Amino acid sequence: MAQIRIENVRKDFGDFTAVQSSSFTVEDGEFFMLLGPSGCGKTTTLRMMAGLELPTKGEIYIDGEEVGMKPASQRDIAFVFQMFALYPHMNVRKNISYPLKSQGMPRAAIKQKVGEIAEILGITEILDRPVGGLSGGDRQRVALGRAIVRDPKAFFMDEPLGALDAEFREHMSEELRALHDRMNATTVYVTHDQLEAMQMGDKIVVMNHGVVEQFGVPQSIYDWPATKFVAEFIGSPPMNFLDFQGTAGKGATNVSFGNATFEIPRLLEGQSGDLTFGVRPEHIRLDDNAHFRGEISAVEYLGTTQIITLNTMAGIVKVRSSSSNKVLIGDKTGLSFDPRTVTIFNARNGQALKSEANNGVLLNG
Amino acid sequence: MAEVALTKVSKSFGEDVALDDLTMTVPDGSFVVLLGPTGAGKTTTLRMVSGLDKPDQGQVFIGGRDMSTLTPAQRDVAMVFQQYSLYPHLTVRENLEFPLKSPALKTPQATINLKVGEVAEVLQISHKLDNKATALSGGEMQRVSIGRALVRNPSVYLMDEPLSSLDAKLRADLRIELKRIQATSGATLLYVTHDQIEAMTMATHVGVLDKGKLIQFGSPREIYENPVNVYSAGRLGLPRINILPADLFAGKPTNAELIGLRPEHIFQGEGEDATVKRIEHLGDQTRLHLDFKNHHLITVTEAHTLLKSGDNIKIQPKQPYYFDAAGARIF
Repeated sequence: MAQIRIENVRKDFGDFTAVQSSSFTVEDGEFFMLLGPSGCGKTTTLRMMAGLELPTKGEIYIDGEEVGMKPASQRDIAFVFQMFALYPHMNVRKNISYPLKSQGMPRAAIKQKVGEIAEILGITEILDRPVGGLSGGDRQRVALGRAIVRDPKAFFMDEPLGALDAEFREHMSEELRALHDRMNATTVYVTHDQLEAMQMGDKIVVMNHGVVEQFGVPQSIYDWPATKFVAEFIGSPPMNFLDFQGTAGKGATNVSFGNATFEIPRLLEGQSGDLTFGVRPEHIRLDDNAHFRGEISAVEYLGTTQIITLNTMAGIVKVRSSSSNKVLIGDKTGLSFDPRTVTIFNARNGQALKSEANNGVLLNG
Repeated sequence: MAEVALTKVSKSFGEDVALDDLTMTVPDGSFVVLLGPTGAGKTTTLRMVSGLDKPDQGQVFIGGRDMSTLTPAQRDVAMVFQQYSLYPHLTVRENLEFPLKSPALKTPQATINLKVGEVAEVLQISHKLDNKATALSGGEMQRVSIGRALVRNPSVYLMDEPLSSLDAKLRADLRIELKRIQATSGATLLYVTHDQIEAMTMATHVGVLDKGKLIQFGSPREIYENPVNVYSAGRLGLPRINILPADLFAGKPTNAELIGLRPEHIFQGEGEDATVKRIEHLGDQTRLHLDFKNHHLITVTEAHTLLKSGDNIKIQPKQPYYFDAAGARIF
């Protein structure tokens, strides 16, 4: 298994720049997510790591060896596409054996290896069945088996669960992650689904318009987004943005807008002009004593919690609260924000201002 | 607007029983969401009401009138399908006007303009009104097809997964808008989805369907907090409810076979030992995958928990549901 390092990688397709300049490191044994909306460059990045595309600029290291210009066949990685691609005329065993056979491995060794893999995937009983009659889950396990059997240095997966319905998807994502935990294979996984990324990933790279917006562990990215894009892309509902004109001075521990003053983590850099106050829905409390007011425009029941939407003078705010709090559309109420969790953004370029709270996370990114 | 009632409706397609003696009332002015996996009978129910399919047995009433002999056009329903179907040679505005321009209605042009403007505003397509329908993205086309239903004032709106092709942000916006439109206009809306978030956030009533039968009918809160059986308990709630053998924990009622524990209904700190197998930080909360007496269990804890995999914690049920061998709720 392997560490993979990407340094200043760029990819142009004619006039179009798919990836501008990406740098990040996938540590040995990590389950690593490339996350972003369609067209953000995540698949192109993965394809360059795999050798299916060559970078226009930059270096790609697998276990310290620069492989940027090497073809896929010389990189010893396994690429899992949408998982249902199997050889329809072969049975399960032959499908899984195929990569070994084409490497010229002796038959006895193949048999043993395929047996081990089938055991890991829980498909021993179906080894001699044709792939035609298999359930979706079993087909997927076979496709995985075919990728695993070669003991590659790393697995690359491009939206492998994208085509599945929600229930089955959840089941397979748990299974995939459990498989990873048994084998500890370095895995790079592309998805546009933020929940899938949070749920499965040890680390996440968030991309947008060919640029790496942030890189780190899921909880840190969620708590301390480096940009407004990340703050909005991760979390459902996303982070609330209250836009205001004003000053957030270096060393400041509060900002003022909408006739109220709000405590924030001490800022390590200052900015004035167009600013955004960012706070997550679960860090807002309905508080009748608070100066900052809103009127409830929607209430969405979600079981133990509910999402309350309010109109305020600084825009729409969504609050996650316990569904035992009885609220009514049209109610006016005050809002208080947990000061420890606030991020201030420069609204012009979307960058988070560094504070004592987010500095450690942003340094890593 | 009108009440919709199905009485003892059955429908088979060859060997497959799509609806099995279904009786259900959609109250006037309600937003009823039919929830269930593929094959539960949701879409068939909708097609019975619309008249696109006829029941083998049973009757459909809209506003108290028996629909048996009426064609879809005579039923005064507006449908929105998962697959948008627009007139490709018309502009967005013309598509939206179309239902109002029927000669029978004689709607004045000023009223049409007003209505189309309103609906376009709500669906965030005002800036595309003069585009050809074919020049829109998939999400925009779907908004137009929802809009085409909304400009009318039918007895009932029927919608079949109308939001499933839209991206997450737009879906979240339209959930609130649809709910608001329904609540303020007092429209009766029958809506099919397999997305439990849509069901919980929009419905006044949820109809839980399984294999063509109505399992439970009630408010989202009733179904979440008081499910009638194992199946219904598993329809709402993410992560899904844990269903385990009842004797795993002390204190089971006699003849309870299964215990249902929602992830948030597992008390941590007292009780019996469980091992943390995996931790998922989702941002606002953290999921714990536990191994408890060789059973897999999911619970939730605060976002910044210091627990890590391999740790032992003590757990005990809080507000458990008990089910008998057939899956029916007994406590």
